[in-house]
Amino acid sequence: MSLDKDSVPGTITIAVVLSLFCSVLVSVAAVALRPLQEENQRLDKKKNILAAAGLLKSPEDDVNEVYAKYIRPKVVDLETGEVDTSLVAEEYDQYKVGKDPSQAVRLQAADDIAGIRMIAPKAVVYEVYEMDKLTQVVLPIHGKGLWSTLYGFLSVKADGNSVQGIGFYSHMETPGLGGEVDNPTWKASWNGKEVYDADGNLKLEVIKGAVDLARADAKYQVDGLSGATITARGVSNLVRFWTGRLGFRKYLKKLSTTGEDA
Amino acid sequence: MASNKEILISPIFVNNPIALQILGICSALAVTSKMTTTLTMCASVIAVISCSNLAVSCIRNFIPGSIRIIVQMAIIASLVIVVDQVLKAFLFSVSKDLSVFVGLIITNCIVMGRAEGFAMKNGPLESLLDGFGNGLGYSVVLIFVAFIRELFGFGKLFDLTVFTPVTAGGWYAPNGLMVLPPSAFFIIGLFIWILRTAKPDQVEKEG
Repeated sequence: MSLDKDSVPGTITIAVVLSLFCSVLVSVAAVALRPLQEENQRLDKKKNILAAAGLLKSPEDDVNEVYAKYIRPKVVDLETGEVDTSLVAEEYDQYKVGKDPSQAVRLQAADDIAGIRMIAPKAVVYEVYEMDKLTQVVLPIHGKGLWSTLYGFLSVKADGNSVQGIGFYSHMETPGLGGEVDNPTWKASWNGKEVYDADGNLKLEVIKGAVDLARADAKYQVDGLSGATITARGVSNLVRFWTGRLGFRKYLKKLSTTGEDA
Repeated sequence: MASNKEILISPIFVNNPIALQILGICSALAVTSKMTTTLTMCASVIAVISCSNLAVSCIRNFIPGSIRIIVQMAIIASLVIVVDQVLKAFLFSVSKDLSVFVGLIITNCIVMGRAEGFAMKNGPLESLLDGFGNGLGYSVVLIFVAFIRELFGFGKLFDLTVFTPVTAGGWYAPNGLMVLPPSAFFIIGLFIWILRTAKPDQVEKEG
């Protein structure tokens, strides 16, 4: 090399060559692996939807196959509770729309119990059909915990009231404490709980401590998570938000009155 | 000049980057709550540190002195991004657990320290071995910490139940401290204590 590496032109040459080389390396990795990564994300989401609905019986089940068999995603207008057939559910991303100030609905502070500030006016629900009969709906839910926003799914049976299951696919809560939202035993305790009472009042909540099964409202209550008061309260609030007036309330009410009770 | 075997072996116990040099503590606290994530993290660090040492050593005679740190950083950062992308593509669930900590390998002092302290002055083969050895030394400590933390914090190893916790109807009350990152401080301290008792020459002289 005739160029002195420590001279100014030498330094610049080396810097440019190295930058080019590194950027090519990074771009190739990013572009070549993107299809695989996106497939992983799609698969992960499907897996979580099926898990909330209790449809994944064994880990060996083919997620795509089971998903195609049972799940029919639809876009629901949250204000009316009607299915919006003009939008394709696979292409609608309520989290993207919910972040766009021109399309999102800003929440009043008093209504915003889940701490999410803005929501999309429409959301994708995943209706579960078994033998061409609607048996449950999987609703996307999210809201603030202690450290992070929790994203997950709540599955409600076709009566629009009984909980089938719950699960979170993305959160950064403390492992072992708030992270116990992933505990299978705790998640299973949601099964069979009811969201509304006979008069349609929203009753479902996560309480502090353990549920006293002798009490009449035990069917609306879920055990708290010990050592994770704020995460548990966050989960309670976000479930109440999404089953509430601004969430899927109207949609669930429609389900219960269309006479498709299982 | 040390032999290749010494270069590879010595960082594991004799000159361990965490226990003796007290480098790379940050990630040792963050990713050691479970064995699976820890092993993935260790493999990632070994890959990055070996490749970065090799790359830096290969071009060491062309790196201008004034921008050498930036050059090393660029190489390390590129490698880390590649590793992160590979994990997201092939080990999706583990990469979700590791989240930002793979990206933070860039700031792991061990990687940079070996590039600047060893690879800049030595040939490619020795640098590769040195990187691999230091990666192993880092891994030994992390695995030791993760083993204790997962066993006592969750009653599990590799996500398989060893002690059935009370919440699942068993007898074991998980130790909440072990679940939280600060517990790694105590365990690393314990590791250093054991190591220095076995090898008293590692104890720093007072005064």
